[in-house]
Amino acid sequence: MSQAADLPLWAAIAVCFFLLLGATLALIGTIGLTRLPSFYERLHAPTLGTSWGTGGVVMASMIFFTVTGARPVFHEILIGIFVTVTTPVTLMLLAQAALHRDRAEGNANVPPSATAGTASGKDAPAAGAAD
Amino acid sequence: MSVLPYPLLSLSLVLMWMTLNSFTIGHLILGGIIATFASWGMAALRPHKPRIRRWHLLPHLIAIVLYDIVRSNIAVVSIIVTGRRRRHRSGFMTIHLELKDPTALAILAVILTSTPGTAWLEYNSSDGSLLMHVLDLVEEQEWTDLVKNRYERLLMEIFE
Repeated sequence: MSQAADLPLWAAIAVCFFLLLGATLALIGTIGLTRLPSFYERLHAPTLGTSWGTGGVVMASMIFFTVTGARPVFHEILIGIFVTVTTPVTLMLLAQAALHRDRAEGNANVPPSATAGTASGKDAPAAGAAD
Repeated sequence: MSVLPYPLLSLSLVLMWMTLNSFTIGHLILGGIIATFASWGMAALRPHKPRIRRWHLLPHLIAIVLYDIVRSNIAVVSIIVTGRRRRHRSGFMTIHLELKDPTALAILAVILTSTPGTAWLEYNSSDGSLLMHVLDLVEEQEWTDLVKNRYERLLMEIFE
């Protein structure tokens, strides 16, 4: 961290701001994960960490290494893109698994295959069998 | 088979290669070779090839998405922090999408999932209905408008 001493004040403030912003959002997302009552609500909390949580940390890292290295650094943009693009994959896997479980259990709070007539034929017997 | 079946993919790979290594002639050549082989590999998989019709609308889409992500971050943080005192209503909602292009749908999925407060749950391609879960479902119509008018219309203009 010897480089950190060379950092001008304005850059240090900007780096701290974005780092704390990202870390705080990730923390709040984690708190939300434990506090929100239902599974589907809990799905929303970690997206704080994957959107501006990552964004803030990435921004801080870009400013730090651009200023200390005296050249623009773009690696972090790739991290941001990959985190953003891969988030829906995990989220949809979890959501589909939860929907399948709840429908199989006949949970009334879950829409019975809201994706209309064609798919409901597949899920309806499973829900009936579970009862 | 043309030499570069996916020019955009190849260009992105070269850029990524040089970003991760260094901007020198050597890495340009090496990255170019890798990108060419990668795009041949991609062509062998024969995926659906996206066609972007209106390039100039992309920056506009990115700008409104970034703005919306900031806004919904604030909204979701306030829901979590104020927590149990304020009663929020979350719930499922169904939207009928007219969007058919797979790439555009993938982008819409990325937008909706990376925006805190909305989660893409299930999409049925046969009738185009999308099941979403919304954390703060006060006005269902508001969310429908957001998806249909703000994102879907723009994506349809770009891709269809």
